[in-house]
Amino acid sequence: MEAIVDVVLLSFLVAVVIAIVWMKDLFAVAMLAGIYGLLTASFFVAMDAVDVAFTEASVGAGISTLLMLVVIAKTGRFERPTRHKPLLALLVVVVTGSLLIYGTFDMPYFGSAEAPAQSHVTPRYIDDSFEEVGIPNIVTSVLASYRAFDTFGEVVVIFTAGIGILGLLSGVARREEEVDIDAINETMHEDHMVLRIVAKILIPFILVFALYVQFHGDYGPGGGFQAGVIFAAAIILYSMLFGLDTARQVINQAWVRMIAAIGVLLYGSVGMVSFLNGGNFLDYNVLMEDPIAGQHLGIILIEFGVGLTVTAVMIIIFFNFAGRQVTPKADNNKGV
Amino acid sequence: MLFGLYNYWIVVALMMLGFYIIIAHSNLIKKLVGLSIFQTSVFIFYISVAKIEGGSAPILEADTTLYSNPLPHVLILTAIVVGIATTALGLALTMRINEAYGSIEEETIQQQDKQL
Repeated sequence: MEAIVDVVLLSFLVAVVIAIVWMKDLFAVAMLAGIYGLLTASFFVAMDAVDVAFTEASVGAGISTLLMLVVIAKTGRFERPTRHKPLLALLVVVVTGSLLIYGTFDMPYFGSAEAPAQSHVTPRYIDDSFEEVGIPNIVTSVLASYRAFDTFGEVVVIFTAGIGILGLLSGVARREEEVDIDAINETMHEDHMVLRIVAKILIPFILVFALYVQFHGDYGPGGGFQAGVIFAAAIILYSMLFGLDTARQVINQAWVRMIAAIGVLLYGSVGMVSFLNGGNFLDYNVLMEDPIAGQHLGIILIEFGVGLTVTAVMIIIFFNFAGRQVTPKADNNKGV
Repeated sequence: MLFGLYNYWIVVALMMLGFYIIIAHSNLIKKLVGLSIFQTSVFIFYISVAKIEGGSAPILEADTTLYSNPLPHVLILTAIVVGIATTALGLALTMRINEAYGSIEEETIQQQDKQL
């Protein structure tokens, strides 16, 4: 049964990607990319990678599709057919692909417990993590404790990407921000009435769910990365339905930038405190008298830092993309 | 076993289709989609390697003894979020290119560069 699910999902993935290659309409491409993300997430569930599936569902099927749509709205919907023949590209791809397929014949069979990837450090994580870290979700143990330094690097990369986007997109003066908020509220019940009312009901639950994912990540699937994306998704949903200017009244952009930095700072500070207590960088055992209590405290703090940074960067990304003014020159491309 | 290597072949197929989009299409947004397909194929590879036949999700439980490998899960989980952040950076660059050149087609951009 598992094998059938596996084969069907993977075949669907290939079919979707072939459709993406053919499509000239970028709107359809963005939608197919969303479907691709959702299928990948389902595949990850079938592979027992619940934490990963969680992340992929919110990122691949949610945020990334949305960002693509925002950009397509500003750059033009259709791809121009290429004039040069893609034969050379096809040749390169086929040769590389055949070599890679040839390489797979040396791989151990899928699902084999004797594969080299299952040896080395993995048995230690599975056998000893509960005594050493004291939380049931091994993925969180490895992410936030054993490989916390690694995760710190990833958070800094996300933070840097946020800064990069601010640098690229926030330079030009934005649209007039004197939009009348009362006017929005008046038309609110006429345009997209169903969507807006359903969203008003849903958004609090999405926010609460994000908090649950954030703080329950030690015991079940979840953690700062997923929670951050879900929290940001609720705010993005709000901005999409009630207008960017209304959302700017609710969410102060200067604060959001501060929060992105505070998340990274909190993560790094936990490491510095373990230095000062006589341990290694990000060694939580020395945070409190009891090593397990120290581990718990350290993981909660750094996951919170991750959650803050991811939420803030996702909000920064969306607000700067959607708030970008369309310059007259960019209009030339429309309808090509 | 007939399907013993099936996952890896699919990974290769997805990776090559993504690669093809990157080198054969000239639209920058399409290229970014190709890049993220390429990236996802690597995710699928890692997660496939982590799977153990009959294993369970890596959350400790009293009567379960066989778990899938948690390490690739950790690597891919963070890679997905880093991936969206870098894709967003790429899309931001695309928007700036569109503002500067009035087009996101690679050929048009190169023609304009040659004219300068």
